[in-house]
Amino acid sequence: MSVLVGPNTKLLVQGLGRDGSFQASRMREYGTNMVAAVHPNREGQKFEDAVPYFSSVADAVKETGANTGVIFVPAPFAADAIVEQVDAGLDVVVCITEGVPVQDMVKINAYVKGSASRLVGPNCPGLIHPASKAKVGIIPGNIVEPGRIGVVSRSGTLTYEAIAQLVQVGLGQSSCVGIGGDPIHGTTFTDVLELFQEDDETDAIVMIGEIGGVREQLAAEFIADRVTKPVVAAIAGQTAPPGKRMGHAGAIITGKAGLASEKNRALTEAGVHVVESPAYIGARMKEVVG
Amino acid sequence: MNIHEYQAKDIFERFGIPVPRGMVATTAAEARAAAEEIGGEVVVKAQVHAGGRGKAGGVKVVNTPQEAEEAAAGMLGINLVTHQTGPDGVPVRKVMVAEATDIKDELYISIIVDGDLGVPVIIASTEGGMDIEEVAEKTPDRLFRVAGDPLLGLSPYHARDVAALLEVPQSAQRATAALISNLYRVFVDNDCSLVEVNPLVITGDDQVVALDAKINLEDDALFRHKDLAALHDPEQEDELERRAGSADLAYVKLDGGKVGCMVNGAGLAMATMDITKWAGADPANFLDIGGSADQGRIEEAFRIIVSDDEVEIILVNLFAGIARSDVVAQGIVNAAKETGATLPMVVAMRGTNAEEGRRILNESGLDITAAPDLAGAAEVLRDKLASAAGGAQ
Repeated sequence: MSVLVGPNTKLLVQGLGRDGSFQASRMREYGTNMVAAVHPNREGQKFEDAVPYFSSVADAVKETGANTGVIFVPAPFAADAIVEQVDAGLDVVVCITEGVPVQDMVKINAYVKGSASRLVGPNCPGLIHPASKAKVGIIPGNIVEPGRIGVVSRSGTLTYEAIAQLVQVGLGQSSCVGIGGDPIHGTTFTDVLELFQEDDETDAIVMIGEIGGVREQLAAEFIADRVTKPVVAAIAGQTAPPGKRMGHAGAIITGKAGLASEKNRALTEAGVHVVESPAYIGARMKEVVG
Repeated sequence: MNIHEYQAKDIFERFGIPVPRGMVATTAAEARAAAEEIGGEVVVKAQVHAGGRGKAGGVKVVNTPQEAEEAAAGMLGINLVTHQTGPDGVPVRKVMVAEATDIKDELYISIIVDGDLGVPVIIASTEGGMDIEEVAEKTPDRLFRVAGDPLLGLSPYHARDVAALLEVPQSAQRATAALISNLYRVFVDNDCSLVEVNPLVITGDDQVVALDAKINLEDDALFRHKDLAALHDPEQEDELERRAGSADLAYVKLDGGKVGCMVNGAGLAMATMDITKWAGADPANFLDIGGSADQGRIEEAFRIIVSDDEVEIILVNLFAGIARSDVVAQGIVNAAKETGATLPMVVAMRGTNAEEGRRILNESGLDITAAPDLAGAAEVLRDKLASAAGGAQ
């Protein structure tokens, strides 16, 4: 079993501009089964002489049986791309694009919830399943190792940081999921924790949160109720001043609940191994799983 | 993006929200003329992108055009320092002259998107005219939250509910509910991240009026609001933050810190600020160079960091995914040589082309200490700070 992305992934990439093309190459290089490319005006051509281009997602799905989509289209058009992929019936829709207007996401998230698709992101690094060499997004393939630790994070580079630390102490990863740094995002910590809890490839979980919102507290409640596997967690932004947006639109402290100290407290009470900084995730996980 | 009160009130008027009659003045003489035209008691308000104007002397109630002129002369051209600005304050280039309002009751209302609920939420309180954070702290039972619907928006009965919660007089209920519905339209139609009216006033004759107006526009949505984007007032921003913004760098100046931070990724940047603190120093800034930063942007990022006089040491933490370490390293070396900066640097560099990046830095002749990772960077930084302190004794 794998989490959202794995041996059965048949990937469609939408938006093959400079960044999208570069990342599509990296995904194929890593071993991902990319079956379709969607970009305006390239119908009949092939990406890297191998993957057919389509103008619409629906056509691509009909012709190739793609079940997973990843979106690199520019922010003004990202919401539309999400709707197109959901309407085409893709099981998993991953939006890498950064800067999608929040009020677009208000509507999109409600729309996705009424569908059978699962949205990951936007503004996220995507997912990787090292055992089956499946990567959907931008997590560098050369830093992961197959293993039994699940990683879930709001931040892209902190995901890489956690992976590198785990590898350094000899722990590989089952699946890694970046849920994104925007205040409104599809798949949440709680969703991924549930998947990791059910995943027979995962023995323990790393969760990296940030200041702002109450998602980490909701995750803590879920962990207390439902998660029996050990969880190591860290919250970034302990020293960030209130009212200032720290890059991620979601990382702004607007109330007491958004404080790192509140999140740490909730997680600790839920029995999570909380480290004071993402710098110590690997070492603590090594202690926890031996 | 923030806009001024007078600009926000223009938008309010377009959406049918009552505001006191007012005019904008850029000189004291214009303020006098405005006061003459409005007649009677008026309020002179400094137009700055910061709250706390009243306590800082940026709002004055005056009785005559002569007094209005004097009040405006005292504000225009100065830097107003409030609890929300830095110690340097923000420049006052315009004042608003508005008719005075007969205030019977002060209320509070704002709209934000609640990320956890995924919808716009109205926050309302019977305790207007004060810091809403204080209300939340001291009298949370006087604070009400009503969520809109992602697809339906705000239903009229929601607006009536809020008016009832605010306990406005019976004769003002309908007007208050209409104002709340219109405020919701302002929020959605203009892609706002915040709309705030503090205070919302019930007048002596039971009219409802937005005495103040604050609008924050969502930067990511400005592409579809060119008219609103034109309201940008760069003078109200911190100089370094403004430069960073033009270079597409996410930068926040933090007062009192001496460790300049350059990081890729917002989460890693926050984590880098955290370890700086634990190494015994305060970060001078938050800086995320972004995923696909080119060399020019790295150079500008470095220039911005060294333009901050408070910075004594630079911490670079790079985990290159899309970005390339060698490009970042070359950008740092170029900018350091160009600016003649001799500040010591602690550099953790990993990911794509990290080895090549480290080689470029090693061969540059700059004062650079390499660190293996995030935890290692904290240790190296602590040692450097300790030896700098030792050297100073």
